[in-house]
Amino acid sequence: MIEAHKDYAGAKLGMWLFLFTEVVLFGGLFLLYSAYLHRYHLDFHHAARNLDTFLGGANTIILITSSFFMAMSITALQLGRRGRCLGLLALTVLMALGFLANKAIEWWAKFEHGIFPGSEHLRALPQGEEIFYSLYFAMTGLHGIHVLLGVGILSFVMILVRRGRVRQEDFVILENSGLYWHLVDLIWIFLFPLFYLIT
Amino acid sequence: MAELDKRHAPHILSDRLLATVWATLVCLTAITIAVARIDLGFYNILAALSIATTKALLVIFFFMHMKYEHALLKWLLFLACVVLAIFIGLTFFDVAFRLQVRS
Repeated sequence: MIEAHKDYAGAKLGMWLFLFTEVVLFGGLFLLYSAYLHRYHLDFHHAARNLDTFLGGANTIILITSSFFMAMSITALQLGRRGRCLGLLALTVLMALGFLANKAIEWWAKFEHGIFPGSEHLRALPQGEEIFYSLYFAMTGLHGIHVLLGVGILSFVMILVRRGRVRQEDFVILENSGLYWHLVDLIWIFLFPLFYLIT
Repeated sequence: MAELDKRHAPHILSDRLLATVWATLVCLTAITIAVARIDLGFYNILAALSIATTKALLVIFFFMHMKYEHALLKWLLFLACVVLAIFIGLTFFDVAFRLQVRS
């Protein structure tokens, strides 16, 4: 019988290297944000006042909690409790969907006020405010795509756990998906204060 | 890599530890929102970023298990942070002084 080669440490190293490229991707956008915050700090303060701190704060708690469920699901699988692991993963995905629903409500409210990329209303605003909203849509949008991908990945991992492809003795796929999910949480931890709390 | 595997039997985080980290993260979120309501000028940004960094470290070291990883991963993380700091730091040597000249 041929046994497939497993390289646990290598799999995790590869995942972390990928995460570093993600950090640099968002790092570039954060750099852009901070350079413009420096140049147009008054406009940024005015524009940030229109963002809903309650919705932003709620989304922060949602993501932190989903990360907590994700970490617990790994513990559950390591202890051989597959049902509990699946339940916790389902909760993680549910919270991710909640985050997206929240985000959709928030963006919709902005659209209703005529604030969307390239809109007349946005072009009439002071330049700093226009840049703030452009960065807001670009960065929360890119982050939202990551959340959506996370939903897909975690749902796929749920199938793998169900079928026993990911199990107590071989769980690196679950762990790496968890790392991805925590990174999504990490990015939001910085996005939230920078966009919602600088009023 | 195989040698690294052998030295590191899977380390299991207890639910209690994870719950403690979660509770701390929620508290820090409440603190950062509260602090933002007080006008501290420049220090508002400083406070927000310090709290965000603390939260990020909690997520990385516990949820992402970094505290229990071998030295290679820790050094790589450190390297990634240094690269990011160079990007942002050097850009500000330019951006900060350019504005002073203009005004």
